[in-house]
Amino acid sequence: MSDVPLHRQLGLTDDEAALIPELLGREPTDPELVMFSLMWSEHCSYKHSKPLLRGFPTTGARVLQGPGENAGVVDVGDGIAVALKIESHNHPSAVEPFEGAATGVGGIVRDIIAMGARPIALLDSLRFGELTSARSRHLFTRSVAGIGHYGNCIGVPTVGGEVSFDDRYEESCLVNAMCVGVLGPGGILRAAAQGPGNALVLFGNKTGRDGIGGASVLASAELDEAEDKRPSVQVSDPFTERKLMDCCRELAESGTLVALQDLGAAGLTSAASEMAAKGGVGLDIDLDLVPLRETLAPAEILVSESQERMLAVVLPEKLEEMIAVCRRWDLDATAIGSVTEGENLVARSGGAVVVDLPARLLADDAPVYEVPRVPAPAGIPLDLATIPEPADLAAAWADLLARPNIASKRWIYERYDHLVGANTIRRPGGDAAVVRLPGSDRAIALTTDCAERHCEIDPRGGGRASVLEAARNLACVGARPVAATDCLNFPNPEKGSTGWRLAESIAGMAEALTALDVPVVSGNVSLYNESATRSILPTPVVGMMGLLERADSSVGHAFADAGDVVLLVGDDGVLDASEYAASPGGALPDVDVSREVAAIELVLRAAEEGLLRSAHDVSGGGLAVALAESAMAGGVGVTAEVEPGRRDDEVMFGEGGGRMLVTLAAGDVARFEGLAGPAVRVRWLGEVGGDAVVLRIGDNEVALPVERAREAYERGLPEALA
Amino acid sequence: MSTTVAVLRFPGTLDHDSAVRAVEGLGATAVEAWHADAELPAGTDAVLLPGGFSYGDHLRCGAIASRAPVMAAVKRHADAGGRVVGICNGFQVLCEAGLLPGALRRNATLSFVCRQMELEVADDDTPWTSGLETGAVISIPIKNNEGAWYGDPDAARVVLRYRDNLLGSTDAVAGVANAAGNVMGLMPHPEEACDALLGSTDGQLVLAGLIA
Repeated sequence: MSDVPLHRQLGLTDDEAALIPELLGREPTDPELVMFSLMWSEHCSYKHSKPLLRGFPTTGARVLQGPGENAGVVDVGDGIAVALKIESHNHPSAVEPFEGAATGVGGIVRDIIAMGARPIALLDSLRFGELTSARSRHLFTRSVAGIGHYGNCIGVPTVGGEVSFDDRYEESCLVNAMCVGVLGPGGILRAAAQGPGNALVLFGNKTGRDGIGGASVLASAELDEAEDKRPSVQVSDPFTERKLMDCCRELAESGTLVALQDLGAAGLTSAASEMAAKGGVGLDIDLDLVPLRETLAPAEILVSESQERMLAVVLPEKLEEMIAVCRRWDLDATAIGSVTEGENLVARSGGAVVVDLPARLLADDAPVYEVPRVPAPAGIPLDLATIPEPADLAAAWADLLARPNIASKRWIYERYDHLVGANTIRRPGGDAAVVRLPGSDRAIALTTDCAERHCEIDPRGGGRASVLEAARNLACVGARPVAATDCLNFPNPEKGSTGWRLAESIAGMAEALTALDVPVVSGNVSLYNESATRSILPTPVVGMMGLLERADSSVGHAFADAGDVVLLVGDDGVLDASEYAASPGGALPDVDVSREVAAIELVLRAAEEGLLRSAHDVSGGGLAVALAESAMAGGVGVTAEVEPGRRDDEVMFGEGGGRMLVTLAAGDVARFEGLAGPAVRVRWLGEVGGDAVVLRIGDNEVALPVERAREAYERGLPEALA
Repeated sequence: MSTTVAVLRFPGTLDHDSAVRAVEGLGATAVEAWHADAELPAGTDAVLLPGGFSYGDHLRCGAIASRAPVMAAVKRHADAGGRVVGICNGFQVLCEAGLLPGALRRNATLSFVCRQMELEVADDDTPWTSGLETGAVISIPIKNNEGAWYGDPDAARVVLRYRDNLLGSTDAVAGVANAAGNVMGLMPHPEEACDALLGSTDGQLVLAGLIA
């Protein structure tokens, strides 16, 4: 151990370690070196991804705060501003899934609180190995338990998200949490410290040894020795988080705060250096004043990742009032320092200065690396001859409905309080959740999506597809997409074609976002999701928010009345990289962004004109699964006719093509078709009615009773976990 | 004068704001009652204990809250015949405080459950079921981890029963009242079923009991 230089033990490269004395003009103290190692980790500095992220559209008429703050903020009209952000907690969840997932929720909630917003909704995007693996069942069930425990206890509804299972996530599961909040009358709070002489107040939980080194040790290296890293995972205390939420709301509304920042990765080091660097001021902190749970060394206090802590800048004359509000909520609040002239972050312990350096060196001046961009070979089209055509298509259909990737996610979302706050208009299980904006006639719609199998084969197309699927999900509930947040989960960008896939995925996402006129307002990057034997699929998760001007105008995916006409909007799907084919390979047709955007616009306009009885995105499992899902939700069957010409299973289960299923009253079909421009393909499929989902493909008829579909769909996930 | 309903707030109370909205939707006035205060707000006509995880559910659900200073005032209000309703964690608090019979145990599912439930009116002679007849069915969501009522149904005044006893309550109990009927507790959340936009307005039928 002692043979390895300290900087390498901390995860710094030799070049980075050599750069530090150059920037400082002297050797760093040990606490300073520890601080550099954390702040210059990929997790805190985005040193491998920063240049690529510049490709995203980030501006727009609605953007009040773009990337770079704790969360993005968007104007949704009616004088209401909404903060949103998604963040990963992958590595901690792979080590200790319950606390890892729980603290992931806690962290993203504090990002929203730090903007001065009140959290109103959570979503989770999850990836695990196949549930046939005992390890994956453990990681999955404990992550769900951790998310539920935290979200349920803090009273923020978990309204949506998605999960899928693939062997590639066996050793590196993904837990991404998204939070959305509504700004209060106090407006946006920012992290920039201001006003020399102002007090710096640490409030919330006490500081302990949990999570020390989390950002560098866990989040910025591969996970081969994860078993030994358990002490690096933070411990959750949702009760204190709820008190923090209530307390911060009171503080934000009373105008007591000059700046607010949460303590996440790298703890006080990150919070203080970012506040100082953003404000162009210095901070002077007395570590002896930090309330501790146990005896800690100065460096440990500086980097502890103890949860449920916030840092605020407060006017001296408001200090007493601010601390009184914290006390009312039974929270510790201590003035640990003050804002100073200059630009240096100074930390004292026992009267001695242990840290004294320009904050921007930590916050802004990490080295930036270009990732190698080695293209992967193009995929080879799936040979349908390798997939035997099933003799009983109805049985294959039912089997597909029971697969964990397609089956009902009720087992998950019934463990989450998705109603608290009494604003949930569309609950989990549909295309997107719809949440009323309190005190307004408006509502927002929320979804997370990612086309990771597509990204593996064709990352640019997959990036486009991930964004377009999110937009389709919003359009299907009648919400116009207005803002996005992203979480880029990738393996080690320094190896193989990962850097290229990262760059291509971002480029594809940016193309689709630009075409939709949807800016990215916040995001997160999680790299190194791989072990010696396996690396994850490229998983750029898109969290997207849509807007409904009338909360009561949302559309559901349930079929409504017998006799309603069923139309299919969009192009044909293929079996390459589909759930049905269950093989990772293939070659996918180009994703035509402008055609897919035109289809989305058509469904949106039809929803806005009140023409839609139901709408549903056609995704995993293809047309047959989408029809069955709408039938199950509505408790009524459907008869649909599809053109033959390809294999029946490809017609039924093929994916892609930017498709949506819509139903209308018979008398409204002409109006709908009138809205469709030449770039959109609209096909008449059939009518709602009966008690079975009947598909006629040429002369062949496949029928699945709604109750049989439901039995399979509801059985799938519990059975896989039994 | 409209009825004034004191809505309690403990540390960890989650449903304060939605309870206030539901109360105001009934035409009543809502005022906050703080856990550390020894008295209910002046002019309080009725009391609502909303759901949540008071004091982090440490020790036992509702145990610490039942001993909070404000609860002595709630007891005096109940003893004087004043209306009191406890929802979810509020029900647990009322049982821990001895204002209602029985106790709430871990769900038979061994998990948190959030689901819309059908409830059958078991006693239409209470303020909380005054617009309903015994046997009528209403739809209100549950969301809890420790929601299985345990007790002697013959010694309790059962007001609401689950049609599907998913949580494993004794006698499928969803809500009980004290003998006089002025104090009622239920695990389902009527405050989240007071708006057609959210799927049900049946919660208003229960909460109407707050309005004398």
